[in-house]
Amino acid sequence: MKLAYWMYAGPAHIGTLRVASSFKNVHAIMHAPLGDDYFNVMRSMLERERNFTPVTASVVDRKVLARGSQEKVIDNITRKDQEERPDLIVLTPTCTSSILQEDLQNFVDRAQMDAQGDVLLADVNHYRVNELQAGDRTLKQIVEFYLQKAVKKNELPEGKTEKPSVNIIGISTLGFHNQHDCTELKRLMADLGIEVNEVIPEGASVHNLKNLTRAWFNLVPYQELGVMTAQYLETEFNMPYVDITPMGVVETARCIRKIQQILNAQGSEVNYEDYINNQTLYVSQAAWFSRSIDCQNLTGKKAVVFGDTTHAIAMTKILAREMGIHVVLAGTYCKYDAEYFREQVSEYCDEILISEDNGAIADAIAKIEPAAIFGTQMERHVGKRLNIPCGVIAAPIHIQDFPIGYKPFLGYEGTNQIADLVYNSFTLGMEDHLLEIFGGHDTKEVITKGISAESDLNWNKEAKAELNKVPGFVRGKVKRNTEKFARERDISEITLEVMYAAKEAVGA
Amino acid sequence: MTITPNQTPSALNFECETGNYHTFCPISCVAWLYQKIEDSFFLVIGTKTCGYFLQNAMGVMIFAEPRYAMAELEEGDISAKLSDYEELKRLCLQIKRDRNPSVIVWIGTCTTEIIKMDLEGLAPKLEAEIGIPIVTARANGLDYAFTQGEDTVLAAMAHKCPKEAPKAEAEKEERNAISKLMNFGKKKEEVKQTEAEYKDHTPLVLFGSLPDPVVTNLTLELKKQGIKVAGWLPSKRFTELPVIEEGYYTCGVNPFLSRTATTLMRRRKTKLIGAPFPIGPDGTRAWIEKICSVLNIEPQGLEEREAQIWENLEDYIKLIRGKSVFFMGDNLLEVSLARFLIRCGMTCPEIGIPYMDKRYQKAELELLEKTCNEMGVALPNIVEKPDNYNQLQRIKELQPDLVITGMAHANPLEARGINTKWSVEFTFAQIHGFTNARDILELATRPMRRNNNLKELGWEKLVKEEAQV
Ligand code: SF4
Repeated sequence: MKLAYWMYAGPAHIGTLRVASSFKNVHAIMHAPLGDDYFNVMRSMLERERNFTPVTASVVDRKVLARGSQEKVIDNITRKDQEERPDLIVLTPTCTSSILQEDLQNFVDRAQMDAQGDVLLADVNHYRVNELQAGDRTLKQIVEFYLQKAVKKNELPEGKTEKPSVNIIGISTLGFHNQHDCTELKRLMADLGIEVNEVIPEGASVHNLKNLTRAWFNLVPYQELGVMTAQYLETEFNMPYVDITPMGVVETARCIRKIQQILNAQGSEVNYEDYINNQTLYVSQAAWFSRSIDCQNLTGKKAVVFGDTTHAIAMTKILAREMGIHVVLAGTYCKYDAEYFREQVSEYCDEILISEDNGAIADAIAKIEPAAIFGTQMERHVGKRLNIPCGVIAAPIHIQDFPIGYKPFLGYEGTNQIADLVYNSFTLGMEDHLLEIFGGHDTKEVITKGISAESDLNWNKEAKAELNKVPGFVRGKVKRNTEKFARERDISEITLEVMYAAKEAVGA
Repeated sequence: MTITPNQTPSALNFECETGNYHTFCPISCVAWLYQKIEDSFFLVIGTKTCGYFLQNAMGVMIFAEPRYAMAELEEGDISAKLSDYEELKRLCLQIKRDRNPSVIVWIGTCTTEIIKMDLEGLAPKLEAEIGIPIVTARANGLDYAFTQGEDTVLAAMAHKCPKEAPKAEAEKEERNAISKLMNFGKKKEEVKQTEAEYKDHTPLVLFGSLPDPVVTNLTLELKKQGIKVAGWLPSKRFTELPVIEEGYYTCGVNPFLSRTATTLMRRRKTKLIGAPFPIGPDGTRAWIEKICSVLNIEPQGLEEREAQIWENLEDYIKLIRGKSVFFMGDNLLEVSLARFLIRCGMTCPEIGIPYMDKRYQKAELELLEKTCNEMGVALPNIVEKPDNYNQLQRIKELQPDLVITGMAHANPLEARGINTKWSVEFTFAQIHGFTNARDILELATRPMRRNNNLKELGWEKLVKEEAQV
């Protein structure tokens, strides 16, 4: 058992539902107790979805526990098959079905005999994988199912498209800024003269999956969703893939160069260097931003980054490499991808934190006292408590992270958005400090950072007053360093003298 | 008067569908109960699924260091490789160390049911060992819907209420939060005088968790009739749970508390006052009148009070009079709300409801029937365990003016030009008593008022294909 107040990645079935309900005309049936269809609320609220979420539950209740759910599951599948005529029904196991150990595959086979559409059992185990891993598996499972079917029926279209083309793999519902990223990627492909063959799973029809092989290559923008599918397509159908996330100026260029290399290997003669150059210098404002005085002021400022692998890695590289910001700590909650994460960020930050425990991250932030945080909604709230600004860069997210306006994180427009996000986070913090330095409206008592322990040391009146004069953003640090200094020397009361001595000794 | 079993109103039509409907898992009761009971800590013993639901359903509350946590079961717990007792002990000691609560409430979930973890058996042992009371409630999705979670917790807490008043000094008897509140700052003689304002009656304990202002409000409402509320289950603190002696009267304030009612009757030997619920001015008056009649008190000034409230509501009522409302059903408040809205002049073809206890809701159902007759509208169909898919077909057919529904269906219905109100808001808003009737209408008329603001823009239907409801 684990005491948990908060979790970063959801349970496995959420990943499966995200993939299934991203497709057009695919229905998911959860094998779950009443109340586990909360996914529908999230999709309807966060995505402001106009259509009914194609997810229903085959409810597990007392009666089912006593008699088994066979009839009920089969009835529910065939009923849904008739009501809505979906192309595919995905039976989705939950934590409850994982322990009931019924032969769901058998129910699926039975239901398939009556159903007009296809029926699949999502191959995910609640206790082995989380939301992200499950989504990746389910997408691969669906793609594999339809490609094998096409192979068997000899329906696989021959050859490649005439012009260079790409499949964009991994855009899904409830993904962080996925819709905007997708538009931006399509734009980028158009600029590069590459046709978009298929986008999956969002908005795709399972009937079109057999056309996947017509593309010249696959592009997987996110580490969390689509890599398994791309690997499968590479092994089975010899399709190369690019999994460099085009986030940030340098990585976008790297992604485009990789695409160039892949296309040229297949006989096309493209050269994207001029395009990259033009975009970098004149279209994206990010490169110019890094030269501007604004960004100069950010040099050496401390930041902490935390999120999923894709966004935390990209953000760390952008901050360190493109803006000269000092990333003290970069971390991810994708424990299963820890090795990859380390390999990607180790040269861009001082410390790496791989953890699913929000307490550990909060403590690290309190200790480091960065000038800004880039994290999830959880880190945003930690920042609020510590008076440190936070830019949200990854799920888990709230409704405000599903903006209506165009806000991609990928591609060249993405670099502009990120520059704004970074700059706004830091300036907000700076303005705050300026207010305090010029005796703004700070009437607060000494801020003891809520997360770390209260001090047992006594500050005399003058010292306290002096401490209050220290600008808020370094006050905590001064306080802590002084106390550390005092403790090491067994001083129990902190006077002005002690403060100055500490300052000289440790530069507090 | 107590409820007489097996006597159900006849004319209302009851149906039961497939139970394929959307509602919240009952563990959501943690969200409001931990706030209500200030010295409690709720430990939900379940999986990531439960945690994910709570985290998302509670939204921002999560960040306010809530007094709730998950005991997340891992594979070792399921395969019984780990000892449940040792694991729970480890976590509860950690909670004791970090939060030092006066009670730890264990919420059993689907998983603990299926693997048959004996929480009720483990609790007393652990309680003795760590020195903190442990209350066990099985609020899982296999057996219950949404607000019924509170019912399971309160039923479990009913067992923990002291059996008799401490015999010590008179002062101690004033421990009860409400009497303390009402006697606040008064001298002893004054307190005695306050006592004189009450009629002499058998002690009355109310049950149901309500926000403190509503508790005060209803308590004062009864005080006007000379009725003293001896205690309230739950109270603000676990240490202030009311004394419940055999023969006390009890009365519920919410329609989903049937297990708590049964426990109070059978196990604590109290007499249940079966009344309509104090929702809407009509319900509140009927609730008070019923309590008065059982306690042999002549109610004073209620008719005028009710009339006054109705008069003040007229601006809102104008907006909904003659319109129709459809309840998809997910929180068990449906019958009371429908009864109130029908009294406001609405029609109601269907009341969906997760579970219908015809005995516990008997008085409410009778009032519903009476209201329909007096208002000259057809009796609604009451659909227990509804089927959302079928309901959507009926909604498409009936085109009601307002659908009260869960968030899963609200946006898709709005996109199809159907007004909706999110049902969960009724569980969190203050809707009880005379004073709060306006809040109910504030919610119910919101879509109408929004429409008035946006009218003639010509974009009611915002889906392309013919509504796939
Ligand atoms: S329905 Fe069961 S498994 Fe799902 S959240 Fe509720 S208690 Fe947990």
